[in-house]
Amino acid sequence: MLIRHVPDLTDNDVTDRALYLRRREFIGGAAGLGLMAAAGAAQARDLAYGPGFSTTEAKTPKKDITGYNNFYEFGVNKEDPSENAGSLKTRPWTVRVDGECEAPASFAIDDLIKGNKLEERIYRMRCVEGWSMVIPWVGFPLKDLLAKVKPTSKAKFVAFETLMRPSEMPGQRWDTLQWPYREGLRIDEAVHPLTILAVGLYGDVLPNQNGAPVRLVVPWKYGFKGAKSIVRISLVEKMPRTAWNDLAPREYGFYSNVNPAVDHPRWSQATERRIGEFRRRETLPFNGYGEWVADLYRGMDLKRNF
Amino acid sequence: MDASVKRAAKSKRPSKTQDNLVYAAVWLACFAPLVWLAWRVFSDDLGANPIEALIRQIGVWGLRLLLVGLAITPAARLLKKPRLVRFRRTVGLFAFAYICLHLLTYIGVDLFFDWGQLVKDILKRPFITLGMLGFALLIPLAVTSTNGWVVRLGRATWQKLHWLIYVIVPLGVAHYYLLVKADHRPPLVYAGILAVLMGWRVWEAWRRVRRS
Repeated sequence: MLIRHVPDLTDNDVTDRALYLRRREFIGGAAGLGLMAAAGAAQARDLAYGPGFSTTEAKTPKKDITGYNNFYEFGVNKEDPSENAGSLKTRPWTVRVDGECEAPASFAIDDLIKGNKLEERIYRMRCVEGWSMVIPWVGFPLKDLLAKVKPTSKAKFVAFETLMRPSEMPGQRWDTLQWPYREGLRIDEAVHPLTILAVGLYGDVLPNQNGAPVRLVVPWKYGFKGAKSIVRISLVEKMPRTAWNDLAPREYGFYSNVNPAVDHPRWSQATERRIGEFRRRETLPFNGYGEWVADLYRGMDLKRNF
Repeated sequence: MDASVKRAAKSKRPSKTQDNLVYAAVWLACFAPLVWLAWRVFSDDLGANPIEALIRQIGVWGLRLLLVGLAITPAARLLKKPRLVRFRRTVGLFAFAYICLHLLTYIGVDLFFDWGQLVKDILKRPFITLGMLGFALLIPLAVTSTNGWVVRLGRATWQKLHWLIYVIVPLGVAHYYLLVKADHRPPLVYAGILAVLMGWRVWEAWRRVRRS
């Protein structure tokens, strides 16, 4: 078997040199367009990079990442989100973090961005529909946020609730899914260092069609697990409901780990087409992140817990 | 007979040139989507995942032409233009051509001739199972579409064979419906059109039975 992905990377491999040299552009108070500017922070800040988590594979062009989206709140066609998401107002915005924790809190989005150490994470994204991208997110580990509210021992799962605002999200005027979109993770998945909340893309503010102002990214799971435009994160004791599982439980399980051995009734999961490539490539278990996450599922039948 | 009446009767039947022009127009109309799609391929207008978009678009046009084919008989009857039925073969063969191309793009471009995967897809994915079944049933209809075959089989047998289209088009609609993840409105529009076209036939048959 051809192994295309070498996970053991040094920090130098994480960011290509050209990008590293352009890092000041990303800090970007000057242009007024940068992430920090949007967060209202003028001070310079270096982006830090994850400890070996970023892939060195060629990044998918920004126009494809921002023009080919599944974000049903803005319509079911791939180009709908880029056409319709402009109407979404992402300020003011608060994220409520509550549930089984000692210090529930609401965070204004700009405080959330300023109050966490942002990193670039270049992750593979595998859609359940059989296509994939390589996306340079900017964000911070979800565990950093969860630590602030002090989860109790009853916090076994994390539930994500996303924005319900039909006036700005035309897709919500039709019940394709039960709105608002909900997702969930087991607590150990949620606090895994690979799991991030993304607030930026390609060193810039996260575009609306990609889930602005804040979205979940769990790179070893199918893309739909990455809830977009999050308004509430709840620590809960019972496995939470999730939007796609509600619609078709036989097709979309709670875990939805990328698994070439578990087929979907509509798509073979054995292969995927990397956007921009002609031939399909083999899909890797856990989307190639198995060495870091396979342990989370030790002893579980992943064919049943798909 | 009065000369003016004769002329009127004559003018009812269009001239050869007129006939050819109408035929050319039908051909062009059937060809247009393919030309449009080819242009979109070469001008990189099919989005980030052009292969999937192309397969989907060719397939949808195949389904549309199948429905147009089914609409010709009712249209001819309701508009009192019986000669319209001569376009059924043209439209049906174009539908077959689009569906062949749809299948070829899927096998040759998407799967890149991975025959093992094709077999798995047919066995495991209901929408592909139904689509392939519909395609297989369409082949004898395309083969026997010539005048020669009508004579060889005899009008009645040929007619019965071609009733297969009433199975094939529903299979095509089901193929589309099962492919869609969540928003079933587009395939349901096709299902609705199909229901009207089939309903008209059932109603006609019922009227005929009652009259006899």
